[in-house]
Amino acid sequence: MELYMAIAIGVLFAVGLYLILSKSLLRIILGTSLLTHGIHLLLLTTAKLKTGAAPLLGEKAEAYVDPLPQALILTSIVISFGVTSFFFVLAYKAYQRLGTDDMEELRGNEDE
Amino acid sequence: MSLLHIAILAPLLYAAVAGMFGLKVKRLHTGWIVLPLPVVIFAYFLSRIPVVQQKGGELYEIPWIPSLNIQFSVVLDGLSLLFSLLISGIGMLVVLYSIYYMDKKKEAVHRFYVYLLLFMGAMLGVVLSDNMMVLYGFWELTSISSFLLIAFWYHRERSRYGAMKSMLITVFGGLAMFTGFLMLSIMADTMSVRELISQSAEIMNHSLFIPAMLLLLLGAFTKSAQFPFHIWLPDAMEAPTPVSAYLHSATMVKAGIYLVARFTPVFAGQQVWFWLVSGAGLCTLIYGSVKAVKQTDLKALLAFSTISQLGLIMSLFGLGSVSAYYSGTPEALYYTKATTAAIFHLINHATFKGALFMVVGIVDHETGTRDIRKLGGLMALMPITFTIAVIGAFSMAGLPPFNGFLSKEMFFTSVLNAAKLDFWSLDTWGVLIPVVAWVASIFTFVYSMMLVFKTFRGTYKPKELMKTPHEAPLGMLIPPVVLASLVVILGFFPGLVSHSLIEPAMAAVMPSLLSEGEQFDVHITFWHGWNLEIMMTLGVIVFGFIIYQLLGRFRLLSTPLSDRFTLNRLYDRSLEAYNRGSRRITKIYMTGSIRHYVIYIFAAFVLLLAYSIVQSGGLSVDVSGFAPISFYEAVVIIALIGSVLVLPFVQNRLIAIILTGMSGYMVTLFFVLFRAPDLALTQMIVETVSVMLFLLCFYHLPKLSKEQVKPSFKWVNAVISVAVGIMVTMLALGAASNPMFTAISDYYLEQSKPLAGGKNVVNVILVDFRGFDTLLEIMVLGIAALGIYGLIKIDSGDEILGFG
Repeated sequence: MELYMAIAIGVLFAVGLYLILSKSLLRIILGTSLLTHGIHLLLLTTAKLKTGAAPLLGEKAEAYVDPLPQALILTSIVISFGVTSFFFVLAYKAYQRLGTDDMEELRGNEDE
Repeated sequence: MSLLHIAILAPLLYAAVAGMFGLKVKRLHTGWIVLPLPVVIFAYFLSRIPVVQQKGGELYEIPWIPSLNIQFSVVLDGLSLLFSLLISGIGMLVVLYSIYYMDKKKEAVHRFYVYLLLFMGAMLGVVLSDNMMVLYGFWELTSISSFLLIAFWYHRERSRYGAMKSMLITVFGGLAMFTGFLMLSIMADTMSVRELISQSAEIMNHSLFIPAMLLLLLGAFTKSAQFPFHIWLPDAMEAPTPVSAYLHSATMVKAGIYLVARFTPVFAGQQVWFWLVSGAGLCTLIYGSVKAVKQTDLKALLAFSTISQLGLIMSLFGLGSVSAYYSGTPEALYYTKATTAAIFHLINHATFKGALFMVVGIVDHETGTRDIRKLGGLMALMPITFTIAVIGAFSMAGLPPFNGFLSKEMFFTSVLNAAKLDFWSLDTWGVLIPVVAWVASIFTFVYSMMLVFKTFRGTYKPKELMKTPHEAPLGMLIPPVVLASLVVILGFFPGLVSHSLIEPAMAAVMPSLLSEGEQFDVHITFWHGWNLEIMMTLGVIVFGFIIYQLLGRFRLLSTPLSDRFTLNRLYDRSLEAYNRGSRRITKIYMTGSIRHYVIYIFAAFVLLLAYSIVQSGGLSVDVSGFAPISFYEAVVIIALIGSVLVLPFVQNRLIAIILTGMSGYMVTLFFVLFRAPDLALTQMIVETVSVMLFLLCFYHLPKLSKEQVKPSFKWVNAVISVAVGIMVTMLALGAASNPMFTAISDYYLEQSKPLAGGKNVVNVILVDFRGFDTLLEIMVLGIAALGIYGLIKIDSGDEILGFG
């Protein structure tokens, strides 16, 4: 399972980065959310998959999965959500104001 | 705190007082406030002469940074006493001169004296410091104060250019010297020059010995304007003339010579040292004297003559270092004559060059020009100035009965002695030394004559001059008269300085040649009889006279070729090329395109990771511990990979958003499959809200256009992306298969109930065990919300965003 997960994470990273390298702002935002997914799955995968029950003690299982990465990912999901939504609104305002979403045109002035 | 410390620090502190006073009191020229200080310091140092003569020196120490072995320790021995007397004595005369030279109504005189006092204190610090770090500190302070003084008339472009140039060159050398000091302190494990000298025998074979010597000499050569670092000195002539007289003839440019003399006990007796010091000196000597002949500006002529004379003194210190080779044999004392000549000429040069600069200042002040071609026939109008000029210039040319004659004779003796040596490849190249010295002396004679006769003789051209020339005020004449009379007195009675100053200075430069209680016996005589040196001087006069005559007719030496390939041009060009090159390089990679920067970041990521994988012997993947894959999981994985892989090819923004959302829901499913209920809940909600947000703004979003880019654009992106994907896959595999140590999570699983009273371990970690993360994460959300609110609300305010 970890092997396939690793491949899936690789694909998420590759496509995410490919989108980030493109010219349109919308693609860049979508790319960042793919990268986020990749990182979350990476955190989960490196801590071993399917080693026991969900970390709820009421289950009375013999073994549980590692709860720590889950806590870390939960924190990360919320933060990335905040950042993505801010970035999204920022991109929207930039487009509204500057009239372009082409990153190659958004280079700033020569002397800046 | 000894009197010596006070002598160094007094000018620095007095600078503040004098500056304040000068700013407030406009009626009195600030120079009068300043004048007593150098007088007192000069008197103090005069009073130390007997002490130094008898005891050899005094040492006082104040701890400054004891943990780094840095003491503010000052040493007064023969060498530092000689320099201190020069600095304070000529400083005193220059202050007096500048009172009449600088107009208190037109110039910011208080500023001038603040800089001048700073310089004086720094220079005294340089020559009196025993600790190398302290010496370096004062050394840089002289560079800075010199920079300030050169650019005193900062509204002139040439002044700023000259100041910048001298700053760049001398600070470059200063930093090299600093590195040399560090090497020396590593070798000898001390910062004190005295202790360093006592260990010179041990460090001689250290591998850092030669690098330290080269770096130290770089510092000395740049400061003392040796070839090819002399180029800053002629441009420093944009400074007011008192500054030129003080800094750029008598004191600061001798700091490099002081350094060479001070470190002679460490390095002398080495072939590299001998050839570098005397070679650089001789090159500078002949180059400076030839260039001086070509100048038409009096100050430029004096600048090149200073360069040339500094080369002479430098080469003499080099020649004198031979005696360390003979250390312990009777020959040793024979070759110290060069060092005697060096120290004697150092004094002589300070006297006649100071006087000549002041003369030029007077001429400039009274006629409004320094151009030789416009001047002439001033002899009858300015008789006193003319007399001083004659004395100074004839002494510079090495004519009897002035002091320059004596040191020039001693110089000839030294070079002839050097030519007779038969080691260090002197048997082949040594013959050149007297020849170079003799030719340089001829040119020295020529420019000295030019200085006097082109300015004061010939036809008087009143139309060319801006003012009606007349004799300078008395106050302006006193300092050069004092210096000129010193020139004459030392010419007739060299014994005045030979016992009091030169002998202790020699003892400081060559301590190893003396046994306990012994003293050098310097006896400078005026007349040696009809020897080779006298013949050489006669030759100088004859040939010099011929060249001087020819110069007027044929304009020798000013070929267009020599004007085109100058070191100045080389300096300007290389500075320009350096600027242009760095700008070009920056432009190549700082493109302003975010895409390029992201490529740099990820290319570095891929390369560094690949390098470390190869370096650590490849990746070991252990599949045995991996969980088995079930049918559902396979379906989810395929759906995730499929939805993601299609994304780059989608041209419709709605489909792109929905596909991204789909990948998010697939991740949610993974969280379900991998037993993470809280994550699944959160991810689902967040994904839903994100997709809703996207769809909400959908109407306002730009259409996804088909990207009009070159194929290479896409190819580079694809290569980088795929490489990053592969790297991350390998990273994930490597991390999942090789657990370095057991997880700490058992603790959380065991203690969640007893310590925190919760069964949902993830939630307990979030709010109990690691509650701070959650607190700050809430803050992130709050900030994001406020930010979004601000972005949307502050809309009318174009001026706030800077578009108004």
